[in-house]
Amino acid sequence: MSGINYIYPDFEVVRRDERCIRCRVCERQCANEVHRFDPERDMLISDESKCVNCQRCVSLCPTRALKIVRSDCRLRENANWDGDTIREIYKQAASGGVLLSSMGNPKPLPVYWDKLLINASQVTNPSIDPLREPMETRVFLGKKPEKLTRDENGKLRTDLTPQLELSLPVMFSAMSYGSISYNAHASLARAATELGTYYNTGEGGLHEDFYRYGPHTIVQVASGRFGVHEDFLEAGAAIEIKMGQGAKPGIGGHLPGAKVGPDVSRTRMIPEGSDAISPAPHHDIYSIEDLRQLVWSLKEATEHRKPVIVKVAAVHNIAAIASGIARSGADIIAIDGFRGGTGAAPTRIRDHVGIPIELALASVDQRLRDEGIRNNVSLVVGGSIRSSADVVKAVALGADACYIATAAVLALGCHLCRTCQTGKCNWGIATQQPELARRLNPDIGAERLTNLMTAWKREIMELMGGMGINSIEALRGNRLMLRGVGLNDAELRILGISHAGE
Amino acid sequence: MKRVYVNEEWCLGCHLCEYNCAFANSGESDMVKALKGKTLYPRIHVEGDEQITYAVSCRHCADPLCVRSCISGALHLEEGAVCISRDKCVGCLTCVLVCPYGAIAPGPDGAALKCELCLSNGRGEPACAAGCPNRAIVYEERGEESR
Repeated sequence: MSGINYIYPDFEVVRRDERCIRCRVCERQCANEVHRFDPERDMLISDESKCVNCQRCVSLCPTRALKIVRSDCRLRENANWDGDTIREIYKQAASGGVLLSSMGNPKPLPVYWDKLLINASQVTNPSIDPLREPMETRVFLGKKPEKLTRDENGKLRTDLTPQLELSLPVMFSAMSYGSISYNAHASLARAATELGTYYNTGEGGLHEDFYRYGPHTIVQVASGRFGVHEDFLEAGAAIEIKMGQGAKPGIGGHLPGAKVGPDVSRTRMIPEGSDAISPAPHHDIYSIEDLRQLVWSLKEATEHRKPVIVKVAAVHNIAAIASGIARSGADIIAIDGFRGGTGAAPTRIRDHVGIPIELALASVDQRLRDEGIRNNVSLVVGGSIRSSADVVKAVALGADACYIATAAVLALGCHLCRTCQTGKCNWGIATQQPELARRLNPDIGAERLTNLMTAWKREIMELMGGMGINSIEALRGNRLMLRGVGLNDAELRILGISHAGE
Repeated sequence: MKRVYVNEEWCLGCHLCEYNCAFANSGESDMVKALKGKTLYPRIHVEGDEQITYAVSCRHCADPLCVRSCISGALHLEEGAVCISRDKCVGCLTCVLVCPYGAIAPGPDGAALKCELCLSNGRGEPACAAGCPNRAIVYEERGEESR
């Protein structure tokens, strides 16, 4: 291999020496070993080639002596060959490998949420003040009856199939123990319990310490079947079959062996240090009929006491796929859009496969209504839900609830440096190294997640009140509350909304 | 009485508590001016090894050996907190010798320095706890028996 390193570091570490008090916090806190104290010169020096711009040093520097800036050393890029593209060629020419990335699709593709605007009441119908009047954000997920029926005494029949009760239409989506740390899981589990919503184990099984949060846990069964056994299925409030993930539709999970320590190994039921590569398909599912068998097997295994969720990535024929799932016996469909996060995915798949969740949601909701089977299932959407406004827009487009994960890890301290796959997360989230995982105290993590969701819930109530709506049920699928800006006719048709001004 | 407690499980060994302590007791309003180029005299010290670290400062014992052994009457109790009148300290360091926690050390002038819970430096609450990034140091009421 050539001795020339073609790639100049992305970032520069700027240290204002007049502020640096040599406390060496930056040196102690950087798992990438960017900072080093040189006693001979009594100064801190940095190797910016190792910097991922996670901002841990910036956040902990007590005198704000540090900042990380993007290097202005530019390649001779142009509109077709931008710097990232050229660098990727250099990387592959040097390594011969598939490029790996983390977190969601960073490409400048349309974010439809930002092209949707929400209505408010003026004059002819009153808006509602959520501080003074009751406002319902609770939702129930699961199959709903087609019609009301009464027993022989004329009393309403209320024996529903199992439902999940959420205090607000947001849940924490799947992140496996392995991809994220024990303390990150503990934070999610405790926050979900406190908030009255759910978190999701992801495909890595459930650590024995977290069984006590079972009533607020969704347990996941993915193609690798890691950590799946009877007690695991029994532990959760619902079971999710993961068919696909928005960040990497068409392939399975990747957990590097470096992250498989003793605890992860025991939880996943795989040898220590082995790469956990989930198969691309479930080897027992090649049709909707096969999916139906797994859905009913899981229901049988848990005596029909738990709703079953089928999670799929948003792909081109998502409406037809969802229609099939709605007939498979599943109680809830979770759809994950192409901007969804991941701990590790091949870059090309993350950046080029799948479709936006907004369009997938609108077309699935419409298709299920057209076919008269919308009540068979609840719809949960994820894949970069960034704020309470995104939640409100999703519900108005037809979602029953949203899944958030990137927003949740941001609340835990993630700075979106997109290097989860290295396992050296300086924030103690996407790592299994004990000295790094210790940096996330779940007391703080659970509190920050609870704060975030409490804030979103208040904002959701404000937005609903503005529209004159006092219940999330009355907002669901209420597309008249949305208008598009800067969208073409095809986009408006798929979203089922009018253009602003119409 | 509220005291400083350490949860070593969450200690990162970042040593920020030492710097926050030294700054809080420096009388300066700017950390850089207070600490840059100076020898640090913190009243809290991070101890430990590669595996585990934890901060150690005065436990504010109910019946403190240091107060009992102080020959000049500099060390005394103020509403449960062990405080020191540094102008009375003669620098005999008996307190350093008897403290079972190693929480007292001589300052630059030879007189003993110890944690006074930031009660008299205008901080309002202990700077080590307030500045701890991972809540490894907390300032709270736990009852007498749990000290």
